[in-house]
Amino acid sequence: MDVLQRKIRVLVAKPGLDGHDRGAKVVARAYRDAGMEVIYTGLHQTPEQIVEAALQEDVDVVGLSILSGAHNTLVPRVIDRLRQEGLDDVMVVVGGIIPEDDALRLRQLGVAAVFGPGTSTQEIVDFTIGHVRNR
Amino acid sequence: MTELALAVRSGDRRALARAISLVESHSSDARALLADLWQHTAVCRVIGLTGAPGVGKSTLVDRLARTYARTGRRVGVLAIDPSSPFSGGALLGDRIRMDDPDPRVFIRSLATRGHLGGVNRALGGAIALMAAAGYDLVLVETVGAGQSEVEIMSHADLTVVVLMPGLGDDIQANKAGILEIGDLFVVNKADLPGADLTVREIRSMLGLVDKERARLPITKTIATSGEGLDALMAAIDAFGRSPQEQARQHQRRLQQADHRLSEALAELVVEDIRTAAGAGHWQAAVERIAGRSIDPEGAARELLRPPVEEA
Repeated sequence: MDVLQRKIRVLVAKPGLDGHDRGAKVVARAYRDAGMEVIYTGLHQTPEQIVEAALQEDVDVVGLSILSGAHNTLVPRVIDRLRQEGLDDVMVVVGGIIPEDDALRLRQLGVAAVFGPGTSTQEIVDFTIGHVRNR
Repeated sequence: MTELALAVRSGDRRALARAISLVESHSSDARALLADLWQHTAVCRVIGLTGAPGVGKSTLVDRLARTYARTGRRVGVLAIDPSSPFSGGALLGDRIRMDDPDPRVFIRSLATRGHLGGVNRALGGAIALMAAAGYDLVLVETVGAGQSEVEIMSHADLTVVVLMPGLGDDIQANKAGILEIGDLFVVNKADLPGADLTVREIRSMLGLVDKERARLPITKTIATSGEGLDALMAAIDAFGRSPQEQARQHQRRLQQADHRLSEALAELVVEDIRTAAGAGHWQAAVERIAGRSIDPEGAARELLRPPVEEA
């Protein structure tokens, strides 16, 4: 018999208006090299588009990369929308330049982790594998 | 019918997404699900799009899907990208081309997961699920295909081969492959120099295969601006209308069913024999083959009909 082939699927998305996707691409690549299936959406996604993509792709993890400073509006909207669609079991991680106070607030809202500048891709991969929920 | 099968039938997008994952993991639940739903999958039209990397398949699929959705049709898209042979991971980037996706379009990215042929092993199942969920049209985008990624034809009612100007001498068509599987040809990026030349080259290559194929439609498009899309859709709609073509379509569906049957049978037999042999015998056979003390077919025959003392 084949071993269980359930792969970890991750949506890497860039919400909002900033056009800096280098970080998102590096993280997407690291996830791929760790054996995950990574769906990359490209720039300028609305929270609605991100959640619809997460639903259709049946992902286990949504990674949001935000460098615009708009994380306090964008992340809560993604999380609310995920809940509305019944996707509360999807893990959300955020990467970008997020002040410590904001990071704390985002975690209280349900974000599993906030990765700031200098985080190694290995850390991100390890955290994701270690915390992804068995859906 | 299981709860999940009913939810898929009712058009629940979440259920469809979950069901596709289940089919991809080849679990026994997936088999039961597909068995429940198979009878409801007949009316859907499956259009495959294939072609070399970079010719604009994703953009074309995006424009087609949105335009069909605007005419009131429910459109599913299955976009296939390769898995890494080293990590088993995959980067699925086809959504990047689907900017401002229409909510009436359901897009699912699939990784090849080691399957050759340009598609994913669960593709047939994923198409069936979309059909059962009420999608009228499923567009399948293969991995960037060259000469051998022709398996799409065992899934699609209609295969569109996408090319672009300047792909090389005689569009590298001497190696045939994808030119032989096309029902319809598109020269995309037709604003580039040499588009008309490419159309003529395809036409003459098709003529070499047989006279009838020389009459297959060839459309020029510029997917990014939408130019030529109307003509392409008209060609797609017209395909399969004549009585001869309908007979051929029927023949094709029979061939596909034949293929499905062989595939399912092979999978079941392997599984049964493997279970019956037990892990020890199986491993012993593997080691004898690797050690060259028996050939693979001989070992397979032994497993199928164990020697008398073991029976």
